[in-house]
Parts: sequence; structure tokens; C-alpha cells
Amino acid sequence: MRIWVPLDSAAKALGADAVAEALAREAKARGMDVQIIRNGSRGMVWLEPLVEVDVGEGRVGYGPVTPADVPALLDGRMNSLGPVEDLDWMRRQTRLTFARCGVIDPLDLDDYAALGGLVGLRRAIGLDSAAIVAEVTASGLRGRGGAGFPTGIKWKTVAEARADQKYIVCNADEGDSGTFADRMIMEGDPFTLIEGMAIAGLGVGATRGYVYMRSEYPVAIEVLERAVVIARQRGMLGADVLGSGRAFDMQVRVGAGAYVCGEETSLLNSLEGKRGTVRAKPPLPALEGFLGKPTVVNNVISLATIPVIFERGAQHYADFGLGRSRGTVTLQIAGNVRRGGLFETAFGMSLGEVVNDIGGGTLSGRPVKAVQVGGPLGAYMPVSKFDTAMGYEDFDAAGGLIGHAGLVVFDDSADMLQMARFAMEFCAIESCGKCTPCRIGAVRGVETIDRIAAGDPNAAALLSDLCETMKDGSLCALGGFTPYPVMSALTQFPDDFATLKEAAE
Amino acid sequence: MQSTAPAPLPEEIRDVIAPLTGLEGPLLPMLHAIQEVWGHVPQAAVPVLADVLNLGRAEVHGVISFYHDFRDHPTGRHVLKICRAEACQSVGGTAVAQETLARLGVDWHGTTADGAVTVEPVYCLGLCACGPAAMIDGRVLGRVDAARLAAELEAAS
Ligand SMILES: Cc1cc2nc3c(=O)[nH]c(=O)nc-3n(C[C@H](O)[C@H](O)[C@H](O)COP(=O)(O)O)c2cc1C
Ligand code: SF4
Ligand code: FES
Repeated sequence: MRIWVPLDSAAKALGADAVAEALAREAKARGMDVQIIRNGSRGMVWLEPLVEVDVGEGRVGYGPVTPADVPALLDGRMNSLGPVEDLDWMRRQTRLTFARCGVIDPLDLDDYAALGGLVGLRRAIGLDSAAIVAEVTASGLRGRGGAGFPTGIKWKTVAEARADQKYIVCNADEGDSGTFADRMIMEGDPFTLIEGMAIAGLGVGATRGYVYMRSEYPVAIEVLERAVVIARQRGMLGADVLGSGRAFDMQVRVGAGAYVCGEETSLLNSLEGKRGTVRAKPPLPALEGFLGKPTVVNNVISLATIPVIFERGAQHYADFGLGRSRGTVTLQIAGNVRRGGLFETAFGMSLGEVVNDIGGGTLSGRPVKAVQVGGPLGAYMPVSKFDTAMGYEDFDAAGGLIGHAGLVVFDDSADMLQMARFAMEFCAIESCGKCTPCRIGAVRGVETIDRIAAGDPNAAALLSDLCETMKDGSLCALGGFTPYPVMSALTQFPDDFATLKEAAE
Repeated sequence: MQSTAPAPLPEEIRDVIAPLTGLEGPLLPMLHAIQEVWGHVPQAAVPVLADVLNLGRAEVHGVISFYHDFRDHPTGRHVLKICRAEACQSVGGTAVAQETLARLGVDWHGTTADGAVTVEPVYCLGLCACGPAAMIDGRVLGRVDAARLAAELEAAS
């Protein structure tokens, strides 16, 4: 009998390790022949720990499982969810990037290869640099780290730059609240990221890569580091990648708890061992990046999507999507929501469908008040904007941004003035300090919102002015986009900013 | 991690960072290695790092102070990180944090009088679909409330 218990952080946070231990103990006591596999998460966080059992007829799910459930589970007396692949949540997805996540043992390269892994890299080895870049361009892939910049164009710039050394840097800083796709794929299918980076290396002529991972992800760090060692042992990385005669190797580097280090130039400074301040652009990192050399900086999901593009062909990927948002979006449904987790689907689903239909509405059962999309720099979307389609341009037109595609749901008990205040406070804490409007403005922002709360009738106009100054005078999106959550809260939920004033009148 | 431990000797610090000198951009890995051994980055490390990496002391100090992770003083025996970010707030994270801080009698970054626990804020642990989230000594916890955190701390000590 084979049993899968996720090693994913969310599953662990909900008790998966204790369940795995109880299963091992109980099976041993009964003299049962049980193989326990620690897989990634399927993304149904509300069912974690989600245990899967295969008695020879496919994988049947049980969840959430507690250690106390283990005897019944092994007896076959526990109510099952049925075959995991048949669950509504799974059937409704288009799993391209996450095809193997939760299915395989993340550190078993043979499992990986048996489910399409390495096909893309082998194909890329047979292509020249221009053809690799053309394939990425044709897929329509845009950066999943937030800005949505076309990945093919970035790679072309690096490919055409002449230098003795080039680098692939993977941005695994994933600091946005409401996002965990990067973490999940690194914990659940790390070879996908490694393969994507190797293809990027071949494509642009880079022989060295770094993953800059946030220190808040101990499990992901451990899994990815072990995967890199295995990939090197098995010739997927090193001086002769899969016998191609070409070199690519990589290392994992750990950040040190600074949100701004997710910004690519700040990240590069940090990787070089400097303060993580933002660099002015130009020069573009593509031309002068890590240690001044041409560097591809891409998000984890961008790079982890490269293998499937080469495996199935650019057109297959590009056939999914909406307008100029091609392929799939890895939605991360979070916050006060009944069914939270990761849901990969073609761009184009409406925000309301994601929150109410996929997510099942709020966890508290109260009405939805707002959804913050795109992390702490993203706008609070009111229910009246629920028809907005998940697409870069559509969100832009609605005054929001998709960012890393994290959605944080709030019920009607949320105080939007407090959320606006928190956005300013966060900006003040995390500012790299380079621009006055960001460094000082955010502190003033907190004070101004406190004045609104105290009933000062002039403070709201001041806050709007301050946001304009931050937008215009900030070098990066930390100072430049903090006005999105703040102003969306103020304009979409004016009642939350008026209560005390009314009470005073 | 004992606050009573003597300050490390320069040779001890050199030994810890020596294996990392060949890295491209070695300073952060070195600081992590030092903090791993001593629980914080002792003042004595600054001149050693400056010397080994051919940097000014002010520069090294500037890097250490930029990052939230690096501490210049020891922590309590356990470090409790509580997520303050939006997704955790949406499910009551603020109240969990406030109750816990009040119960322990500390503010953010503070250490309890008995030296048992240091409480740090953290802005997202990637557990946003199972918040409120926290971490005790690197172990992740989801859907916590103040009572659960108290019990976990009890069990850890
Ligand atoms: C304050 C700030 C934080 C950011 N954080 C991240 C992050 O955590 N992960 C990420 O991939 N991109 C982040 N970005 C975007 C990066 O600067 C950059 O656009 C991205 O890494 C490029 O990769 P992509 O094209 O594959 O998206 C951030 C940007 C800003 C301004
Ligand atoms: S906007 Fe803020 S974080 Fe960005 S460069 Fe300026 S000071 Fe630094
Ligand atoms: S917001 Fe708390 S874990 Fe992400």
C-alpha cells in the first residue's frame, strides 16, 4: 500500500508531520507493508493534511486528516473524498506549470522524468539560442512576478548581449501577502524550476544561476537545495548538461527578511552582498545585472513554466488565455475564504467566479467586502468589480493589478481604514530608503490616516495629495504602488473613513 | 544562543566564514552562517568580515543593519514569529498577535523576562490560505489562535 502525505509548508503547518509519523507507527504496529511518500501539495489547502492512499485502484483522498484518524484510515473505515483527480477543484483546472505538483515525490528525478520532466530540456538542447528565445516569445509568457513583462523579450536582450559571463537569477523572494505559488512549486516539484533555469541558461548563454529565496521559507530552501544536489549528481546540472557538452550550474541563496529585495535590482544588490537598495534603471539588469554582467531575472513561476512550453510546444501554451494574457495563471486564493489554495487556470475567469465559485465565498460565512489582488501593492477590489476578468489588461483597466496573482478575501468585518493604514505602515517598514516620498511619505501617510480616523475633515484630501507625490516621486513600485491599496480603500469604501467624523458631528 | 556566552574570538569567526570565501557575493551567506552559530551577529564579526572581504567596517555594518533578519544581540531561547500581513489579518491575525504579546508581556522584537521567547513580526510565511500563521524556531504553524500559540510555546520549552 502506498500512502502520500504532503511535505508542503501549508500541510505541515496543519499537522502533516504528525499524521505521517502516526501512519508509520500504526502501520508498523500492525505489520502492514506501507510505503509513505512525502509529496507536494495538490493545492487544496482547506483539505490539508490531504492524505492519499493507493491500494491498486488509483489515489483516493482523505482530508483533513488528524493523527487520531489514522487507525480508521488504515482500516479503510474513514470517509474518503474519492479519487483525488476527480475532485471538482482538480477537474476544473488546467495544470500546466503545476502538472506534477502533489503527484510525485518532489525529490525523485525518475518520477519527474516519467511525467514529462526533462523532455523540454532535451528539446532545448537541440535548438540554438535564437530558436529557444523564439519559442519563449511565441508562447506569449509574461513575467509572473508582478510586472507582466514579456519573458521572450527579456531573454533576447540577454542572449544578444556580449559578455564573458552571464547569469540566470530566479526571484524566489515571494514577499506578497496572499501568494505561495513559488513556495508550493519549489517544495512540490523543484526539478521543474531547475529545468526551467537550465533552459534559460542554454537560451541566453548563461552558465551560472542563482535562486534568491526568502528566509521565511525553510522547507522550500531544504527541498530545493536537495534537488540541486540530485540534479548535479544525475547530470542535469554541471559541466555537461544531459550530455549536451554545455554547462549550467546553480546555487540557492537565502535572503534576510527584506520585502524590497523582491524588486529585481534590489535583489541583485543583495545577492552581491550589499544593502538591498533599488538601482536606477537604465542600465537594465539584462545588460548590467549580477556583478555587472548580463542577467535574466525571472520569477519562480515564469521559469517553472518554461519546461512545459518546451515539452508541449509554444503554441499549446499560447492557445490558453485571454487577449495578451496567454497561458495559465496560478491563482492563489487566500485570506478569509472557505476553499483556499492554488488553482491554475487559463487567464480569463472573472474575479467573482474565483472568489465565490472556486473559493466558496468567505470562511466566516459573512458577505465578501473586498479582495486585495496582487499583494500589498495591489488594489482592494470591491464586489462591484467582480466581473473583472483575470487578465493583465483587464485588471489594469479596473484600476487594479494582477501582480503575482494572489487574492486575499476580506469579509464585511474588515476595516478598510485600518487596511489603508497598514499599507502605509508596511511601506514605511520596508522602504529601502532611497526616495523621500517613499521613506518619509509612508510615515506621513500613517499619521494622516490616523488624523482621518480622529475625524480631521481635511486629512482625506491630504492623503490623496500624498499618494500623488508617492506615485510620481518613487523609483520603484514599493513607494509608487502603495497608493493603490490606500486610494482604493479610500475611494471604494468611503464609509470606513467617515465613521468617526459623523460621530463627532 | 546563551546570552551569557563569551564573545566569539576572531579566529572562531574566521573558521565559520572560511568555507564561503569562494562564493560570488559571499557576505549574506557569511552573515547567515555566523548567525546560525551564535544566534546573532556579534559586534566582533564586523572587523573580521571587513578584513576578509576587503570592505569598510561601516559598509559591513550598513549591510547588517539593512536586513530585518540580522540581529546584533542574542534572542530568547525560542523565537516566535507571528505573521502580521494582510491575509492573516483577514482571519483575525491581529488579535492573535495582540493577545500573545500581552500574555508574554512584551512588544514586537521583545524578549520575555525569563529569556524564554523573543517575538518577531513577519510579513507573510506563504501560509495565507491557512492563517493566522506563525513560526516557532523555524517550524510552521497554521490556523493558530492565542491559546494554541501558548500551548506550542509550552511544549517547545
Ligand atoms: C517592491 C517590489 C517587490 C517585488 N517582489 C517580487 C517578488 O517577491 N517576486 C518576484 O518574482 N518579483 C517581485 N517583484 C518584481 C521584480 O522586480 C521583477 O519584475 C520580477 O522578478 C521579474 O521577473 P518576471 O518577469 O519573471 O516576473 C517586486 C517588485 C517590487 C517593486
Ligand atoms: S520607492 Fe521606496 S523602496 Fe522603492 S527605491 Fe524608492 S525608497 Fe526604495
Ligand atoms: S499573510 Fe500571513 S502567511 Fe501570508
